[in-house]
Amino acid sequence: MTSNMEQRPDPANLDDRGLSETETERVSYLRAGHSLKSWLLTTDHKRIAILYVLSITFFFFIGAMAAALIRLDLLTPAGDLLTNEGYNRAFTLHGVVMVWFFLIPSIPNTFGNFLIPLMIGAKDLAFPKLNLLSWYIYVIAGLFTVFVLIAGGVDTGWTFYTPLSTMYANGNVILAASAVFIVGFSSILTGLNFIVTVHKLRCPGMTWNRLPLFVWSIYATSIILVLATPVLSITLVLISLERLFGLGIFNPALGGDPLLYQHLFWFYSHPAVYIMVLPALGVVSELVAAGARKPIFGYQFVAGSSIAIAALGFFVWGHHMFVSGQSTYASAVFSFLSIAVAIPSGIKVYNWTATLFKGHISLDPPFLFAMAFIGLFVFGGLTGLMLAMLAIDVHVHDTYFVIAHFHYIMVGGTISAFFGALHYWWPKIVGRMYSLAWGRLTAIFFFLGFNLTFFPQFLLGYLGMPRRYHVYPPEFQVLNVISTGGAAVLGIAYIMPFVYLTYSMRYGQPAGNDPWGATGLEWTTPSPPPKHNFETIPVVDRPPYDYEIEMGDDDA
Amino acid sequence: MPETAPVTEPYRDPRQQHDAAMMGMYIFLSSEIMLFGGLFAAAAAMRLAHAAEVVQASQALHFGIGGLNTAVLLTSSLFVALAIEAGKGGKAATAAGWLAGAAVLGLCFLAIKTYEYHAEFAEGLLPVPGVQSRYATSIQHLFMNLYLAATALHALHLTIGIVLLLVLALQTARRAIPLPQRSIILITAGLYWHLVDVVWVFLYPVFYLAR
Amino acid sequence: MNFIPLWPPSISGYSHQVDLLVIAFTALIISLSAPVFILLVVFAAKYRRGRPADRKHAPNRNVALEVSWSVIPFVALFGFYVWSTDLFARLYRPPADAMQIDVVAKQWMWKFQHPEGQAEINELHVPTGQPVKLTMASQDVIHSLFIPALRIKQDVVPGRYTTIWFAVDKPGVYRIACSQYCGTNHSEMAGSFVAVSPTDYAQWLSRSANDPSLAAEGAGLFRSRGCSGCHDPGSSARAPSLVGLYGNPVPLQSGQTVIADDEYIRDSILLPQSQIAAGYQPIMPTFQNVLSEEDVLKIVAYIKSLRRGEATQ
Repeated sequence: MTSNMEQRPDPANLDDRGLSETETERVSYLRAGHSLKSWLLTTDHKRIAILYVLSITFFFFIGAMAAALIRLDLLTPAGDLLTNEGYNRAFTLHGVVMVWFFLIPSIPNTFGNFLIPLMIGAKDLAFPKLNLLSWYIYVIAGLFTVFVLIAGGVDTGWTFYTPLSTMYANGNVILAASAVFIVGFSSILTGLNFIVTVHKLRCPGMTWNRLPLFVWSIYATSIILVLATPVLSITLVLISLERLFGLGIFNPALGGDPLLYQHLFWFYSHPAVYIMVLPALGVVSELVAAGARKPIFGYQFVAGSSIAIAALGFFVWGHHMFVSGQSTYASAVFSFLSIAVAIPSGIKVYNWTATLFKGHISLDPPFLFAMAFIGLFVFGGLTGLMLAMLAIDVHVHDTYFVIAHFHYIMVGGTISAFFGALHYWWPKIVGRMYSLAWGRLTAIFFFLGFNLTFFPQFLLGYLGMPRRYHVYPPEFQVLNVISTGGAAVLGIAYIMPFVYLTYSMRYGQPAGNDPWGATGLEWTTPSPPPKHNFETIPVVDRPPYDYEIEMGDDDA
Repeated sequence: MPETAPVTEPYRDPRQQHDAAMMGMYIFLSSEIMLFGGLFAAAAAMRLAHAAEVVQASQALHFGIGGLNTAVLLTSSLFVALAIEAGKGGKAATAAGWLAGAAVLGLCFLAIKTYEYHAEFAEGLLPVPGVQSRYATSIQHLFMNLYLAATALHALHLTIGIVLLLVLALQTARRAIPLPQRSIILITAGLYWHLVDVVWVFLYPVFYLAR
Repeated sequence: MNFIPLWPPSISGYSHQVDLLVIAFTALIISLSAPVFILLVVFAAKYRRGRPADRKHAPNRNVALEVSWSVIPFVALFGFYVWSTDLFARLYRPPADAMQIDVVAKQWMWKFQHPEGQAEINELHVPTGQPVKLTMASQDVIHSLFIPALRIKQDVVPGRYTTIWFAVDKPGVYRIACSQYCGTNHSEMAGSFVAVSPTDYAQWLSRSANDPSLAAEGAGLFRSRGCSGCHDPGSSARAPSLVGLYGNPVPLQSGQTVIADDEYIRDSILLPQSQIAAGYQPIMPTFQNVLSEEDVLKIVAYIKSLRRGEATQ
């Protein structure tokens, strides 16, 4: 390919928008059609990935604005920034947008879309048009949610518990439930697409045992997407019917049971959190291998652990209901299974650590984010185990302890991994390298800001500050102020990449096929890749992470 | 395997493309099973909590009409299977005929269901907002609500299936779908229809035959 | 540590146990994770790219190691599981001599009803050294009674009773909060938990308003709402006698037998079609829209007080 031809953009070679570009970029997927139509009607998985990046960033900022309001209100013990109603709508919006419009699509629909075909040696996903349809469904649902916000929002919490949501709440419950219902189809079709792709479109020689671990994790995620999301769909239909027509299945006056809602809701929502973290775990496997220039220790166990987490994750939903009034026997069983599901995650972490042993560790931004992930995910996961212990959960359930726990996983974990992925595959996606110094600075700001924001919340939770409260005893103020301060630092870390990454698109060094010296089929293509990924379908005959392991004397 | 089936990107050979389409449809159907699964879970919870009243309420339904509907749907599935056989054999007109017949049976199902709803309404059992109803217990009210929700969701899926079959029957008759090369289209549509049938086969005993 | 509190007060034997469990579990967490953090830093430094080091024969897999770091943490965690589940189970086994206090939660307040008749709003007085059992009902949505100093919490679910029990060691004033999001004023649904010595408690009881006892109020409702019309022994309608009902088995129409506990009595009043006593017609009307949860609790208290040999009042 022509990637080695130029070291710098050629000022004489300007396309019609005045941006200098390399020869590689000129023939890449980015320039295969310039019109808006060529983007909005694309079936190229790489372009669809970029459409998703733009849209999830938009929704992330909506969710982040809601978070900013929350943290500002929590600076003082009195509820003086927002009214009670306003605050309730703010945290509901934050939850709904962040869960369904940011976290769930975040890694699968961006990096999953972009990378899966490249990693398995295919030209696209199994159903390219369905892929585009998934994006449109997502966008329509998202715009619907914005509409719900403008129409006054909803104040039930993202969990929509009955009978509050069905009989007492006076916000736009059905509209909000409908928006989430619609986006569910995007999830299901995405999962369907990935599963068929991984089964049917692997290039010759790409056996299951040679798949990159990122592919394994997206595959496991897709199983959950396909099987769990429909349960949410029917649950949303049921609460809408209850609210509109008095269905009664959740209403004790008619013989229904409010707890039935919780079972149905959490049957989806617990696996949903694995949708949010499994792709991140897959990203980190890739980053650790590339960062250490070493095969992942115990590949089979790590691959299998993704499947184990997906499977076991379907059987632990009752740990959200230990104090709900469900039977103590059920609670005991769910507690036990929740411990079991933590073990595969532990395997990953220990295996990553072992991978670093005798490796060649780089401290470039992607790998810093991977290490941040490991630290924060371990802490978050172990506090999750704490929550799985029944007697401990009775005290900290529905307090800031739980909020801290899940933000450690979703922000400390998933967003760390998302940033790690962004900083790792950015050169592949746009063909340019960015400033590594700024990348490292972002990682540091992120790690510090994150811990400042969320560690105090563990203390607040144990002290007894319930969640969804904007009025609290004055002695909790100092910890809340620290948390809000941390959120400001975190906010800066979120904004920084916008600056240097967009700068790199114009002024960055051309990246070449494989700027990190990593293994994987995606690094054999030009950066950015051509529209059809591969001129000829590759044939694989080597194990994954086929780095050279020294047997003789050492060198750098 | 039809040699002349067109292969679109990203597939490399027709077998691969065919297998992908089949797998895709099976995965979609498993998601539909999980969707109805939530309803069945709600019905099971209701039955466990109020066994005696649920049995009573179930006895008030017309299991004969429901049984007739079951036979209608099973027959329509047979028609669809025959359509697919014809399609795989390249017999477009026959396939179109069987598809249309299945769609008509689907419409019969809906007609019989409408008649049944009407009868239940006349008995004061169908929950209609604003209309006074005659329930023996509040559980019967809940049962009838859930029955209506479940059969309505099924009817919605059935309607989508009827439209799908009619469109395909038309396309097949006009030779717009090359057969047997593109018989995969009929096969996957047929799988959807079979699922709608199977869902009914479970809905029927859960609501009509609780004893 | 008043500037930044780091640990809540712990005022019962049970809460001390929970704290012990938490501290021990934290030690376990540290032992499982510290090696990872330390090694991460050590390896990143020692094996930094470009730094000479012995990288010969780097291992790629070691099944024995992988199995052991799956099994060993699991076994350790299982030990904690047993400890924690045992503690948890105790929350659901109140002693037989526990003093019963009824709780009604509604948007957005707590009402506590002492058996002697005292009713408190958003404040709960209890004596120390005495097991207290709370029977809780919700008037509307799901609430949750949370007393951080006791390390206990229980959701209050409409349509049923939920219970929790405790025995306080240390007197003092502590927080109560609602910890299940319940609508607009959820953040303001807090209260005080006032634990006093038994003598102080007796004094408080006698000082507060002379309300009739719960059972006496229940008796009044039993008459005024028409229950006695059918359930009095002399009535012409055939309804089961309620004397000596509480705590005893009741054969049902369906062939099952249930024990007449608080929940059974509540369901009989609000969902009378649900569990018909054997040999009786399903003719009892529901009092769902007539009686509040509070009223029902009072009637339950009255029915509980009916023992054999006493005539109904």
